[in-house]
Amino acid sequence: MTTEAIVAAYVFILAIFVGFEVVSKVPSTLHTPLMSGANAIHGIVIVGAMLVASAIPGPIGTVLGFLAVVLGTANVVGGFVVTDRMLAMFKQRPVRKRE
Amino acid sequence: MTVETLIPVAYLIAAVTFILGLKGLSSPTTAVQGNRIAATGMLIAVIATFFAADVKGGVPIILAGVAVGGVAGFAGARTVKMTAMPQMVALFNGAGGGAAALVAILEFARQRDAGVLEFGASLATLLALIIGAVSFSGSAIAFGKLQGLITPKAFRYAGQQFVTGGIAAATALLSLVVLGGAIAGSFAIEPMLLIAVITLLALAFGVALVMPIGGADMPVVISLLNAYTGLAVAMAGFTLNNQLLIVAGTLVGASGTILTRLMSKAMNRSLGNVLFGAFGAATTAGAAAASAGLEGRSIRSIGAEDAAILLSYAQNVIVVPGYGLAVAQAQHGVRELADLLESKGINVKYAIHPVAGRMPGHMNVLLAEANVPYDKLFDMEQINPEFQRTDVALVIGANDVTNPAARSNPGSPIYGMPILDVDKAQNIIVIKRSMKPGFAGIDNDLYLDPKTAMLFGDAKDAVSKVVQELKKTA
Repeated sequence: MTTEAIVAAYVFILAIFVGFEVVSKVPSTLHTPLMSGANAIHGIVIVGAMLVASAIPGPIGTVLGFLAVVLGTANVVGGFVVTDRMLAMFKQRPVRKRE
Repeated sequence: MTVETLIPVAYLIAAVTFILGLKGLSSPTTAVQGNRIAATGMLIAVIATFFAADVKGGVPIILAGVAVGGVAGFAGARTVKMTAMPQMVALFNGAGGGAAALVAILEFARQRDAGVLEFGASLATLLALIIGAVSFSGSAIAFGKLQGLITPKAFRYAGQQFVTGGIAAATALLSLVVLGGAIAGSFAIEPMLLIAVITLLALAFGVALVMPIGGADMPVVISLLNAYTGLAVAMAGFTLNNQLLIVAGTLVGASGTILTRLMSKAMNRSLGNVLFGAFGAATTAGAAAASAGLEGRSIRSIGAEDAAILLSYAQNVIVVPGYGLAVAQAQHGVRELADLLESKGINVKYAIHPVAGRMPGHMNVLLAEANVPYDKLFDMEQINPEFQRTDVALVIGANDVTNPAARSNPGSPIYGMPILDVDKAQNIIVIKRSMKPGFAGIDNDLYLDPKTAMLFGDAKDAVSKVVQELKKTA
């Protein structure tokens, strides 16, 4: 195995542990926002889409590259905005209580 | 030192923000901040990527794609009703899966043209392609089911396992051919053709995987597909040798798996049971048993006036909100009702089933939107012992999560699912549009209980009528 592959494998394994650890104690109230937030984070695929957008010359490659960027961006932007909207509803509660 | 050498540093910062973001999202006080931290990291990563050498020629395509995808994502996220959120999450998740699959296809083509195909990278590419495509089509079906475009019922036919299994086997076989070609360095069949067929098979597999699952299980499915997309992105990271994609994708894959398990646990089902069993298989027997039970027993229907009287003489009231309340946007009316009752000295609490609405936590979000105080919301374990001491349980648009058959009827498809013990209250008022069964497609014995009174109508209308009646007596 190449050094690069081994480093990638290390990163992969360690990230699994971090992923398990980080969300092990979540109140069920936050399950939906958490799912939505995680959904936005895998929108990082947009970086991959940018890197390969012009990898293949010609119309097919261009169209596929364009579509990859469109889908990736929709995932990122939509994911974060929807999560923020959900969480905004939790936030306004204490304000109301003081009225 | 050029700008390009700083890109990995930007990626490292982004990776840290994603971990901090997920951590923040796990606690109510830090959730908003967590989401924004992760979004900032994402922005840093995207801006840094513009300086990468591979990107240079593609800037016009990328800017066009970002504009189209950004507007679509933003508009969709801003305009979606809170009730339709689960399917929106499914849609965005499918977009991510589709992007991962397209990245895999393009990177495979690039590596082939450059003549650098080898086993490890090709394996990662194929996994990214297959998992991403499954997530894309599976999410599309989940969206269709929740949106009502496709029947939410479990879709089953004879020999289904063989068809689904056949698709999986064909996908695996063709993948092995591609891998063999990558090792040998030459292909007997045009590899891009193989990739195209594998893509179609994976898309078909996603459809075959989700179609047989009933609408009530969709939250678990969306969560699972979310984890799938994470994994697909991580695999794309291996292909591109990009650590940030590996970290972010794996984080989501791992945390999504945990979340999926938490959700199935809330429904007292194993994940395997959700994916391959139960609802569809048991429905016939359960439906037969339920319809036999319906005969010879009658339901009791009341008007808003009687409901108001019943409520105003109560001391303890528990509101059981369900998806019907969400669809009718009745959460504001319900809060008004609760405020009125409390002004009469009546104790009002809300019982939130873990899967009330369409997703865990969905109902909390909706009630928070109507400014229902957080300390009035009780989850199932806390509230169940209190139903015995409750004068009126007001069930608004909730169905399957109150069905006593889950406790008592082993033939029922939802047998074993934890429910709210609404039937133990002294009186039960059920606000419901009709006797139509709920999302699981089964009848509810609760409606036949002599203690139960049915108030038929749209949740919002019915609640506002009760409010008006209460105001008259006040």
